[in-house]
Amino acid sequence: MVSVERYVEAYRAFATNGASHAPTWLNELREGSITRFAELGFPTTKQEAWRFTSVAPIANTPFELARTPDIQHVTLAQIDGLSLGAGPRLVFVNGHYSEMLSHVGGLPAGVRVESLAKALASDPERVREHLGKYVAFQDRPFAALNTAFVRDGAFVHVPEQRVVEQPIQLLFLATPGAGAPAVNHPRNLVVVEREGRATVVETYAALGDGVYWTNAVTEVVAGDGARADCYRVQRESERAYHVAVTEAHQGRDSTVNIHAVAFGGALMRHDLRGTLAGPGGYLILNGLYLLSGAQHADHHTAIDHAAPHCESHEYFNGVLDDRSRGVFNGRIIVRPGAQKTDSKQTNNNLLLSTEAHADSQPQLEIHADDVKCTHGSTVGPLDPRALFYLRSRGMGEAQARRLLTYGFGAEILGRMEIAPLRAQLDRIVRARLGE
Amino acid sequence: MLEVKNLHVAVNGAEILRGVDLTVRRGEVHAVMGPNGSGKSTLAQALAGHPAYTVTEGTATYEGKDLLALKPEERARGGVFLAFQYPVEVRGITNSYFLRSAVNAIRKHRGQEELDPLDFLQVLEDKLRSIGWDDTLMNRPVNEGFSGGEKKRNEILQLAVLEPRLAILDETDSGLDIDALKTVAHAVNKLRAPDRAFVIVTHYQRLLNYITPDVVHVLFEGRIVKSGGPELAHELEAKGYDWLRAGAMVS
Repeated sequence: MVSVERYVEAYRAFATNGASHAPTWLNELREGSITRFAELGFPTTKQEAWRFTSVAPIANTPFELARTPDIQHVTLAQIDGLSLGAGPRLVFVNGHYSEMLSHVGGLPAGVRVESLAKALASDPERVREHLGKYVAFQDRPFAALNTAFVRDGAFVHVPEQRVVEQPIQLLFLATPGAGAPAVNHPRNLVVVEREGRATVVETYAALGDGVYWTNAVTEVVAGDGARADCYRVQRESERAYHVAVTEAHQGRDSTVNIHAVAFGGALMRHDLRGTLAGPGGYLILNGLYLLSGAQHADHHTAIDHAAPHCESHEYFNGVLDDRSRGVFNGRIIVRPGAQKTDSKQTNNNLLLSTEAHADSQPQLEIHADDVKCTHGSTVGPLDPRALFYLRSRGMGEAQARRLLTYGFGAEILGRMEIAPLRAQLDRIVRARLGE
Repeated sequence: MLEVKNLHVAVNGAEILRGVDLTVRRGEVHAVMGPNGSGKSTLAQALAGHPAYTVTEGTATYEGKDLLALKPEERARGGVFLAFQYPVEVRGITNSYFLRSAVNAIRKHRGQEELDPLDFLQVLEDKLRSIGWDDTLMNRPVNEGFSGGEKKRNEILQLAVLEPRLAILDETDSGLDIDALKTVAHAVNKLRAPDRAFVIVTHYQRLLNYITPDVVHVLFEGRIVKSGGPELAHELEAKGYDWLRAGAMVS
């Protein structure tokens, strides 16, 4: 195994070069994080949260911190194929913000959509207020590593009662090249203040098929009465490693909808966590993983009902072909006093091959007595009753299988409200599943 | 159009149908009645081609063809339709998408052009209007979260859109309250046509208060033991099925 020392050394180089102009608080945050990462090391399958997912392929690869890329190879046509037409868009290449490929215009007064590096330079106090305040990196080695190398990513700030109608697109491109495999640590901060509203679409994609590692963290803060719609599309290269944390923190009467779709990567781990910190909060986690070959995707979700009268709905579907493996762990925590909690969770896994495998683990921790919590999970092949039903309506067996399989994806996509994104994802799902 | 002779069907190795004879002519409405376990649903499923129902003996000829040699989808394309007793939920697929897929599968087989979503919508609206229903179920996933009545209504809607020549209704009345029953029966009556036959499988006579059959059959222990006109249904309602048991014991 490559020693964690490698990352500590890389951090020293990073701290003396790129990060040297940073404010003291940020350097302290980074120092604390690399120290914590060095203590924790890479997780092993002996740890409960990593039981089904070995990160040995990541730990054993000597990754180098991604350098400022040569963006001459990135064409606007490639970007347009991945984005949703006009509208505010931040583009990052190998974790570095590209002003040339981005455009941010037509935003309501006071709304900021910019690179985190820029925000740290121009308004560090506003970033300081939230950065690293929600992700518990003390027990999460990858989040700690991301925080140690925090430098760039997206910063979205929507002031009170401002509404951003157009989806804000954040595009993270990897351009794996001939050199040593690179790691990048995108760090995104989305803050929607009281009664504000915004939609953010994060897309992770590759131009090229080499080995690289994305280690992303996104923090989302929704103030009282605010609404944040977060879409996340992971379509990394087939040989990529993708580790990510999405952490949402919600105020009173706020709404957060997180949609997460995973298509790519050899090995993926995504932790999604939502904390309903004020009464009347509403949270949706809506996810899909479509795996084939030897892909492995692990979704660990946690919904923390810390206040009464909140509602959460979680829907995750997996479609697994060939020798792929899907892991889903869904934790629901209802804190003492979080009465009238209403929480529903479902995870359905469709196995298209006898060698595909899915692990589904719901975990309910309920410390209040007047709550409604339900969960259901399924793992298995297509329902023969449904197959007969479709055939009895005139569809051939192959068509019936395709349609039923497509339904697992369409069910999740159907909850998405951005029509062009839904259409884009629908095309990918159809291409993958043949419908 | 349908000629069933000495049909024997087994499920999981147990013989359920033990020699059914049934002749249905174009445009006729037949009711197949019988107590629980008599084999009514087995007959319906076997005619639709459910793979779990094994025909061990006998024949079924549909429009001159060997029905039993056809796959379920081939039967459907040939005009056979089964309204399910327990309609299946189809995750993520809306009713309209499902129906269009079915219509186009059948059209394609017949060498007709497939309908695009707009053309299909027109067809669907015409059908809905003809049976007096609205389109509230169309954009919901097939049968998911539907009430019992909605599921049965949905089966009849599929029947209306797919325009079969032989429609088999498997206990479509079960679990319906009287209003839902009337709604379904009204639609079925609208769909009666000179070139469309119905086989209505039911435990109770009450559906037949609203749909008048041409022929009523009594299925008992895997055989049709009695056939007659509509009055036979009333007789069964009055006498129940116990007299069959007594008769069977005597014979």
